[in-house]
Amino acid sequence: MEKKSNTSSTGMLGWIDERFPLSSFIKNHLTGYYAPKNFNFWYLFGALALFVFVIQILTGIFLTMHYKPSAAEAFASVEYIMRDVSFGWLIRYMHSTGSSLFFVVIYLHMFKGLMYGSYRKPRELLWLFGVFIFLLLMAEAFFGYLLPWGQMSYWGAQVIVNLFTSVPFIGPDLAEWVRGDYLVSDATLNRFFAFHVIALPLALAGLIFGHLIALHEVGSNNPDGIEIKDMKDKKTGIPLDGIPFHPYYTIKDLVGLSVFLIVFVSIIFFAPEMGGYFLEANNFVPANPLVTPDHIAPVWYFTPFYSILRAVPPLFNSQFPGVAAMGLSVLIFFFVPWLDKSKVNSIRYKGPLYKKWLSTFVISFIVLGYLGTVPSNVWGQFYIAIPIIGGSDVATIVARIFTATYFLFFILMPIYSRKDITKPVPKRVRM
Amino acid sequence: MTDENKKIDLNRRKFLLTATSITGAIGVSAAGIPFVSSMLPSEKAKAAGAPVAVDIAGIKPGEIKTSEWRGQPVWILNRSDEMIKKLDNNKELADPDLKVVSQQPKYCQNKTRSIKSNLLVVVGICTHLGCAPSPKLLPKGDMGTEWEGGFFCPCHGSKFDLAGRVFKGSPAPTNLVVPPHKYINEQTVLIGEDPEGVA
Amino acid sequence: MKNIIISIAIIILSSFSFASESVKLQKAPIDLDDTISLQRGARNFVNYCLNCHSASYMRYNRLTDIGLTEELIKDNLLFTSDKVGDPMAISMKYSDAKKWFGAAPPNLSVTARSRGADWIYSYLRSFYRDPSRNMGWNNTVYKNSAMPHILWELQGEQHINHETNNFKLVIPGKLSPKEYDQFIGDITNYMVFMSEPGQQKRRQMGYYVLAFLFLLLVLTINLKKEYWKNIK
Repeated sequence: MEKKSNTSSTGMLGWIDERFPLSSFIKNHLTGYYAPKNFNFWYLFGALALFVFVIQILTGIFLTMHYKPSAAEAFASVEYIMRDVSFGWLIRYMHSTGSSLFFVVIYLHMFKGLMYGSYRKPRELLWLFGVFIFLLLMAEAFFGYLLPWGQMSYWGAQVIVNLFTSVPFIGPDLAEWVRGDYLVSDATLNRFFAFHVIALPLALAGLIFGHLIALHEVGSNNPDGIEIKDMKDKKTGIPLDGIPFHPYYTIKDLVGLSVFLIVFVSIIFFAPEMGGYFLEANNFVPANPLVTPDHIAPVWYFTPFYSILRAVPPLFNSQFPGVAAMGLSVLIFFFVPWLDKSKVNSIRYKGPLYKKWLSTFVISFIVLGYLGTVPSNVWGQFYIAIPIIGGSDVATIVARIFTATYFLFFILMPIYSRKDITKPVPKRVRM
Repeated sequence: MTDENKKIDLNRRKFLLTATSITGAIGVSAAGIPFVSSMLPSEKAKAAGAPVAVDIAGIKPGEIKTSEWRGQPVWILNRSDEMIKKLDNNKELADPDLKVVSQQPKYCQNKTRSIKSNLLVVVGICTHLGCAPSPKLLPKGDMGTEWEGGFFCPCHGSKFDLAGRVFKGSPAPTNLVVPPHKYINEQTVLIGEDPEGVA
Repeated sequence: MKNIIISIAIIILSSFSFASESVKLQKAPIDLDDTISLQRGARNFVNYCLNCHSASYMRYNRLTDIGLTEELIKDNLLFTSDKVGDPMAISMKYSDAKKWFGAAPPNLSVTARSRGADWIYSYLRSFYRDPSRNMGWNNTVYKNSAMPHILWELQGEQHINHETNNFKLVIPGKLSPKEYDQFIGDITNYMVFMSEPGQQKRRQMGYYVLAFLFLLLVLTINLKKEYWKNIK
């Protein structure tokens, strides 16, 4: 039998296509989806994030087969997975390493967006989907971190849930409602488990789907921030600077994936604790509601926000300003599409002001991240109390300064992005 | 977009594509191994299913003792001489010659289905759908005048004789399972382990 | 008058606890390839530690990973009623232990991961005579530890100089200081092994997986180059 070279409706595929739009789906989203040909290193992380998401779901399913969501058994069941379940240690390390690398990948992905203006018209909704994904991912990580039921799990959850008590008027009731008890307990563990294994993954999958649909509707941005759809081949209607996503980017992403896997595997097999940053030493002690560890620090990916929480001083004996600032530090990403008033999208054509502010933001994020992992007296104390700013810990003062610059990056954006001297944007992309 | 100066080397492309696909497929299947094997019985299950030593000194002829191995009831029946004699009389058995060899270890592939002719060690789970039969060791009684003693499964009426062999006409397809076991000494049987020299 | 004495004692004690935080830990001699040391450590751990501490996430038969056979484990390390697949549990009840010691001795299965090897090693070397304590012992690494110095017969009796924080061996033990260090080193080594019995295998497996991934990387790089050579 002679085979036709084109795929239109013969054989098995034809049978399916009459009932399900398989060929057209592949065409619309892979072979016929034209992406700018000048993607660089930074454009890898979206695909990687999707990959890590799949890894987390898969390993999560298998961990759920052995894990016991009860205060009496949780800690032991994790050790059971580590020792008694065949290859349980590998699946657990994949999950714990995966959660940290998920944030690495997501942070780099977000940084790309900030650099190349991927949030700007017409990609505002795409960005909003992304921020929602980030938000839920943080919740997912927070709920999941309680499950091993170690000291850090327990006290981390205790501290974060107690933040709710600072909400004016309804605070204490709210915290009790979240915990389902007067302290973090079996009931809390059970509901966190439910959120972690079904509610949030489901919501995340939906949002990721929306993120991708929105992306393919508006088309990918690129390092030049130019719309490739503006320059089309007159005959074919194909963007002149576009190449089919498959095979070009699928194959290019495979290279990136291989490198990522090498990093991933190196951590899993040689440094699963990652010096206490991915798996904290104190979390190998079972949760004890009567003994607080000397130093409680969240996992590294939360520390920039935790630092902001600690840096903001209480007002009228209420912790609420800190809590509000921490919330705002995440929520403020939602407004970026409307804060940027620049004439151009990409950092390549933006002026020195934006570059300076973006660098300041990145430095603030990293310094705050570091300070969140250490006690607030890590850098010693001033000999005299500093007036106005208050506090005598050196690190606290530094955290306050960088908290300010963190927010100023966003708040001043309408001003400096308008004032900035931009360069002319070319018509066609540069490789 | 395409530059004609560099010719597409279709052979090289095909080779690389095949090589990458094969390597990738190997990688994916290897990555599947941990996931599949994580569903096997864990060390805990294996430890709980470890061989069980049972004291048999107190079982008088005609008496039965129930012990547990891997969560299943295991009967140890000390058959009296009379009971052993009766085994030969049992006609109407579905598999008198023990053709279904999986139901007992090789060393119990004999008339009495046991190592010692009087001691029957058998898993007390019906081979039909996994109910627990009840021992009806004495002849007649509530089992009717034809009954010579054996085991009766109340779920679907399967009948077994005192060697755990199923009677014809029972829904159960095969004889009761004789687990691997060995005698450590005169008073102790170890259920779950074959005697030395038998693999 | 009594109050003053107590408050002075508290001040002194609290200043100690500050000092103890800065105690320098000694480096533990960890070598997970040294199965002889691990086997000695396992035996010492079972004989000395396992009377009060459990290690119930660890199964005895896992000791086959350090070269012991099931027969050896059965004959040397198990009580007769135990099975070789049983966890290293103890019969002491949690509530009893709490009554006797003031704090229940913790499960030691993963202590090497929470405290670190150096801490365990230093802790077991840093007991000294302190008549003010219930059990008569104190420790510089873990101030006012509830644990008595159960190895004192082996190490002997150390006294402390509170100014320099140095120890002086007042009554020698059955072991010389060097032998005692090795004894403690073996136990620590074993506890590191026990905290993740599969860690050696894990690293071994890692090399194979990495080798495979580098092969995949070479292939994908070449594939990418082949496909992309016309894109300009």
